[in-house]
Amino acid sequence: MPAPFLVATLMIKTAALILSALMLVACGQSVPKTGIVLGMQLEPPGLDPTIGAAAAIDGVVYGNIFEGLTRIIDDGSVQPALAASWTISPDGLVYVFTLQEGVRFHDGSRFDADDVIFSLTRATQPGSANAQKALFAPIKAVEVLDPLHVKVTLHHPAGDFLYNMGLGDAVIVDPQSAANNIVHPIGTGPFTFVEWRKGYAIDLVRNDDYWGNPAKSPSIRFMFIADPAAAYAALLAGDVDGFANYPAPENLPAFENDPRFDVVIGSTEGETILAINNAKAPFDNLLVRRAIAHAINRQDIIDGAMFGRGIPIGSHFSPGHSAYEDLTQFYPFDLDLARALLTEAGYPEGFSASLKLPPPSYARRGGEIIAAQLAKIGIRLTIENMEWAQWLDQVFTNKDYDLSIVSHSEPMDIGIYARPDYYFGYQSATFNAIIDALTVSNDPATRDALLRDAQRQITTDSVNGFLFQFAKMGVWDKRLKGMWRNAPIQGENLSGVYFEN
Amino acid sequence: MKRISSSFIIGIFLTALTFLAALISVMWTPFDPTVLDIAGRLQAPSSTHWFGTDHLGRDVLSMVMAGAQNSLAVAVIAVGIGMGVGVPLGLVAAARRGLIDEMLMRMNDLVFAFPALILAILITAVFGPGAINAIIAIGIFNIPVFARLSRGAALSLWPREYVMAARLAGKGVFRISVEHILPGITGLLIIQGTIQFSLAIIAEAGLSYVGLGAQPPDPSWGRMLFDAQTMTSFAPWLALFPGLAIAFSVLGLNLLGDGLRDVLDPRSRTRTGQVQI
Repeated sequence: MPAPFLVATLMIKTAALILSALMLVACGQSVPKTGIVLGMQLEPPGLDPTIGAAAAIDGVVYGNIFEGLTRIIDDGSVQPALAASWTISPDGLVYVFTLQEGVRFHDGSRFDADDVIFSLTRATQPGSANAQKALFAPIKAVEVLDPLHVKVTLHHPAGDFLYNMGLGDAVIVDPQSAANNIVHPIGTGPFTFVEWRKGYAIDLVRNDDYWGNPAKSPSIRFMFIADPAAAYAALLAGDVDGFANYPAPENLPAFENDPRFDVVIGSTEGETILAINNAKAPFDNLLVRRAIAHAINRQDIIDGAMFGRGIPIGSHFSPGHSAYEDLTQFYPFDLDLARALLTEAGYPEGFSASLKLPPPSYARRGGEIIAAQLAKIGIRLTIENMEWAQWLDQVFTNKDYDLSIVSHSEPMDIGIYARPDYYFGYQSATFNAIIDALTVSNDPATRDALLRDAQRQITTDSVNGFLFQFAKMGVWDKRLKGMWRNAPIQGENLSGVYFEN
Repeated sequence: MKRISSSFIIGIFLTALTFLAALISVMWTPFDPTVLDIAGRLQAPSSTHWFGTDHLGRDVLSMVMAGAQNSLAVAVIAVGIGMGVGVPLGLVAAARRGLIDEMLMRMNDLVFAFPALILAILITAVFGPGAINAIIAIGIFNIPVFARLSRGAALSLWPREYVMAARLAGKGVFRISVEHILPGITGLLIIQGTIQFSLAIIAEAGLSYVGLGAQPPDPSWGRMLFDAQTMTSFAPWLALFPGLAIAFSVLGLNLLGDGLRDVLDPRSRTRTGQVQI
C-alpha cells in the first residue's frame, strides 16, 4: 500500500526539515555574521530606477547601487552626494553643481559632468521612459562648465528641485551601461551588483573603490518572499536577517516577545486611501463622497486590517511632515449624517458599487471592513480581489473602477491630485492653482502654507477616503545595526548597516 | 441480513453532519457570519463563541456553518453539471460507437488531460473569480469522469441478454439506453458521484484559497484557511476549524462512497461476499 509509505516518508521529511531549521537557528547564534540577508515581499520588475515606478526597484538599488546629485537620508533631509556642493542664483533659476572628484562607476569608467548631462537629458527628452517626468519638468537647459561643474537652468524657481534630484528617478547613470541597467545595474554606489536570480534573490557586494565612506557590510542579499507566512518562517529559521518592511503586522507581537529580534515601528510616506473614481456617477457627486467619508471608521480599519499599526490621516499627507494638517475630524464618524447626505444626494436607499482590491493584506482586510462599514449607510459593495497586474491595468491605467484601496508610497506626492488624467478622475482649478504656486515657490514658510491649503482642498472636496499612514514595520536580528527606523523615501541606503557580533 | 462496516456508518454520520450544518445555516447561525466586530476580534474559543472569532471579529462557528453551505452548494451543482452532461455523452458514445464514440471520447481526453485544478484556475482567471465560475469550472472537469464511466459501464451491458431482447423487440438505441442501460449503471454513478463530490469540495476550497472561489463577505472554508495562515502561531483556532471541516466532510464522503460501493456494486458484492441485499 503506498499510502502508509507516503505518510512515513512525509513524516521523515518533516522531521528532517524541522531538524535542519533548528540547526540553522543554532548556527545563526554561534557563528559570527558578516554578510546581510534582507527579505523583501515584492520582487522588482527591473533594476533601473529611472524607467520604472515600482517601489521595490528603489528598495534594492537606491543609495546602494545608484546615487544622484543629492541624496535623501533617513530623516528626510537632502544631503550632498555626487554633487559635493552647489550654488543657487538669487532668482532661484540657475544651479551650479560641483561634482565629487575621483568617482568611478562599477565598470571602472570615470564619472564626470558628461554623465550628469546624459542622465538629466535622458530623463527630460521627448519620449523619455522616466516614470516621474514631472520631477524634471522645471529643467530648461543643462550644460557642462568643466568636467567637475554642471550648470542647470530652470524655467521657473522650483523649491523642491534639490529634493527631487535626490530621488531614485534622478540617479546618475553611465551612457555606456544605461541601456542594460534594467537587468545589470551599474552605478557609483557603495555596493556592486553581482547576480539576480529571478524569483529568489539579488546579490550585492561591497564596492571597495567607493569614493565615500565604504559600506560596513561586505555583502547584501535581498531575498524575495511574497507569502507573509513564509516570511515569518524565514525570519524564525534565520534564512533572512531581517525585513525593512515586514509584511504581516499580526506577527509583530511574536517578534517583540522574541529576544533574538528587534521590532522597530517607524513612519513611511505611504498614505493608504480608499480611492474613489471621481469621474464616475454616483461618485462624481460631492455629497456622496462626503457621505462615504462620514461612514468610515478609521480606527476599526487600522485595528482590523493592520492590527493597530498605522496613524489615522484626514488628507493625503504624511503626519511626520512639518506642513501636516490634522484633518482627521473634518468628517467625523457619523452614520446619521452620512445617511442624510446620501438622501440629499438623491440616494435615500443607497446604491451598489464595486470595490477592486489589490493583493496586500491591508487592502484585502481593509476592503472587507470598508464594505461592512458602507453597508450600514446602504452602499452595497461587491468585492473583487485582483492581482497587481490586473489592478494596474483596470484601476490605475484604464480607470475602470468605482472604489479601491491602495497605499501611495511615493514621498510628497500630493501633486498627483493635480494630474489631469490620474485615476482618481479629480479635476479642480483651485487645487491646481495651489500646486502651481507650490511648484514655483522657494520660501519654506510659503511652501508649508501652500501644502496646508492643498491638504484642506482635497479634504474639502473629499476626493478619496483617507484612511491611515502606513507604518514601517521593521523586524530584524538584534545584532543588525544601522537599519532605518523611518522610510522617508522608497529606498534605504544600507551602507551603514552591519552586524555587531 | 446486511453487514454494514463501521467506516460506512462514520461516513454516513460525517456526511449527514456536513449537510445538517449547511441546512441549519440557511435559516440560523449563532451569529451573522458577515457582521464584523473589530473590538471583539481574535477571541479564543469560549462558551459564547464556540470556535472563537477571527481577525475581524466574526464568529468562526457561524462562518464554518455558512461555509458548509457554500461548499456543498458548489459541489452539488458542479457534480450535477458533470453528471448531467457526462452521462448522456457516455451513453450516446456506447450506443452509437464508431465515429461519434471516437470524437466524444477524444474530446473527453482533451479535457481530462488538463490537471483539474489548473483548468479551474484557468476558467476563473478568464471569466473572473466568483462562486458561479468556480461551479462551472469544477463542473466541466467532472464531465469526462462521468462520460468515461458511463460509457464503459454501458458497453459492458450492451451484450447482455435482456438488452438483446429489447433490441429484438424493436426498441431504438436511445430508448434502450434510457430504459435498460441507465438503470443498470445507476449504482456506479452514485458511487462515483460521492467521490466526485468530495473532490469538488477540495477543489472549491483550493480555488477559494487562491482567491478564485466565493468572494468576501460570503464565507468559504478555503478563504478562511488563507486568512488564517499568518495567524496560526497565536490564533490556531482560525485554521483548525475550517481545516477540520474540510477534512471531515471529505473523509465522510469518501467513507460513504466506499460503503456504498460495498452495498451497490455487484462485483465487489460477489467478491467479498459481505453484503447480501
